[in-house]
Amino acid sequence: MFLSAAIRRRPEFRIGARDMSPVAMGIGAWGLMTGVAMVKSNMSVVEAVAMTLLVYAGSSQLAAIPLLFAGAPAWVSLATGFCVNLRFVVFSLHLRPYLMHMPRWRRMLHGYLTADMSYALFTGKYPKPPLTVAEEESQEAYLTGNYCVTWCAWMGMSLLGIALANFIPQNWGLGFAGVLSLVAIVCSMATTRLRILAALIAGATAVAAYALPLKLNIVVAIAAAVAVGLMMDQAERAARLLKGTS
Amino acid sequence: MIDPAYGAMTILGLGVITFVTHGVFLYPKRAVRIPEWLQRGLKVAPLAALTAVVVPEIVLSHGELIHSWRDARLPAVAAATLYYAWRPGVLGPLVAGLAVYLPLRLALGW
Repeated sequence: MFLSAAIRRRPEFRIGARDMSPVAMGIGAWGLMTGVAMVKSNMSVVEAVAMTLLVYAGSSQLAAIPLLFAGAPAWVSLATGFCVNLRFVVFSLHLRPYLMHMPRWRRMLHGYLTADMSYALFTGKYPKPPLTVAEEESQEAYLTGNYCVTWCAWMGMSLLGIALANFIPQNWGLGFAGVLSLVAIVCSMATTRLRILAALIAGATAVAAYALPLKLNIVVAIAAAVAVGLMMDQAERAARLLKGTS
Repeated sequence: MIDPAYGAMTILGLGVITFVTHGVFLYPKRAVRIPEWLQRGLKVAPLAALTAVVVPEIVLSHGELIHSWRDARLPAVAAATLYYAWRPGVLGPLVAGLAVYLPLRLALGW
């Protein structure tokens, strides 16, 4: 969408780009490491470039890389990528009123290009969907400015990482950089006690069930954590309800 | 080498998943509602999926729990986590983790 000059000319485009710039450093470093991790996990350069350009989802790429490397069946990698990406389902529900005034292809394209940080900045800057045409236009420009910076930083640095990976010796073990980036992402998502519990269960189950074939331990771990998460949530609400009535 | 057909299928599939998950509620013209329990499940699933992938990569080698503490991965993850507790972000913890990981691995062979 940043190819559209009409959007780029609106002043909010620049503001959106400027607001995203401080974050772009971190996104770039993460992209660089993802590029390196892909090649260091035995993907060919063509595969790594295709994955960068098409998938455009750092955490689901990083989650899929060790699975691909281990030769897990495609559906296990896809199911894992899908679960990692489920947060965007929630985001898209939230973004809907902001984008519904546009034609479908335009909404979908904005949605595809809006990643975590753009979503957070955009909905932080505009707590309410647009009411007038002027607001519609300025919000669209701001969002586009946001993700334009993210997209460029991510793509540029990922491709650089792919190019540089062959100069880095295998025994440095830099595939692990991808895991380290995910550690930071996991920390950022573990915001409530319920989520921390779900994470502990998922991690423990994935290790305990490691002997399962086809990397099914990942699927089992996600299912166990979500089931326990839903039960705990239900129990908490029931407790609250009882307190309210007694 | 990864089998080319298998690699291509997975990559293409992941691309479709990105497009679909980002756009699922932007596609329909009419208003959509999803049941509340599903919304709650959606909130824990991403974190569960990431930890399920990450933890075995840290504590297992060749499918077995690591026996020795002389493994660069553990202190590296500890450093990244501590750094995150001090200053949240992606870049800082990554650099802190690598700063512990690379010397231990290259100089001490952990």
